[in-house]
Amino acid sequence: MRIILALIAGGLFGAGLHISGMTDTGKVQGFLDFFGAWDVTLAFVMGGAIIPMAIAWRMVPGRAPLVGGSFIPAPDPALDRRLITGSVLFGIGWGLIGLCPGPAIASLTYGGWSGALFLAAMLVGMFFAPTAALRLDSLGGRA
Amino acid sequence: MPIDWVFGLIGGLLIGLAGAVYLLGNGRVMGASGIIGGLVDRSAGGAWPERLAFLGALVVVPAVLQVGMPVDTATAQAPILLIVAGIFVGVGTRIANGCTSGHGVCGISRLSPRGIVATLVYIGAGALTVIALRLFLGGL
Repeated sequence: MRIILALIAGGLFGAGLHISGMTDTGKVQGFLDFFGAWDVTLAFVMGGAIIPMAIAWRMVPGRAPLVGGSFIPAPDPALDRRLITGSVLFGIGWGLIGLCPGPAIASLTYGGWSGALFLAAMLVGMFFAPTAALRLDSLGGRA
Repeated sequence: MPIDWVFGLIGGLLIGLAGAVYLLGNGRVMGASGIIGGLVDRSAGGAWPERLAFLGALVVVPAVLQVGMPVDTATAQAPILLIVAGIFVGVGTRIANGCTSGHGVCGISRLSPRGIVATLVYIGAGALTVIALRLFLGGL
């Protein structure tokens, strides 16, 4: 059951990214280009996605997941150094090429060699991220 | 195209529906970087089969759609730029514990301060990067 629901979610996610144009790096960079030929599409994608998700969050209290067990607990709400530093790094990489993790996977079969190279580098980055996070913590000073 | 935002909205609703299925069904937050990253650094533990299923469908469905409804694809870029960007996205999303889907879609929709702040920061950093690209590399 977990597998089937994961297949459905992954498939819907992929269809959504594809149909919305978010696997097109030009549209993503166009959204980030606020002072150029701004492309508003990503804002509609984000807005559209937040609607069903907000309804889903409101359905969480007082019930259990369909497969049983419990919902993943809410994370520590602290705005720490990891959150900010990580998001800055992510934003730079995102702006450079116009790919984030979801679309990088979704466009695997048609992203060509450049999509594949980006994905490979992203996986390498993810592999070393736990080490990088520990180094970040040990940099001293307060977060 | 002027109707791009319509496709954006429809696609966005599907993405949100996907997140709702993953949350209400499996009790998990649908964050692409977390699902992939947990497999890469093995922090996923016993949850790997459902993550692999999620990623499999995430690859196959767009591949099929591309046959009937092709979209513009990623434009070729300088290899060094792709490598640097990929590493930054990989390291950054894992350190921040979320990307556009986790912090953006799932975080903002529950009014999580972390999700909102992360989204503002990565959009800001991305926008500055695009400006820098324009200035130093002569445009996109």
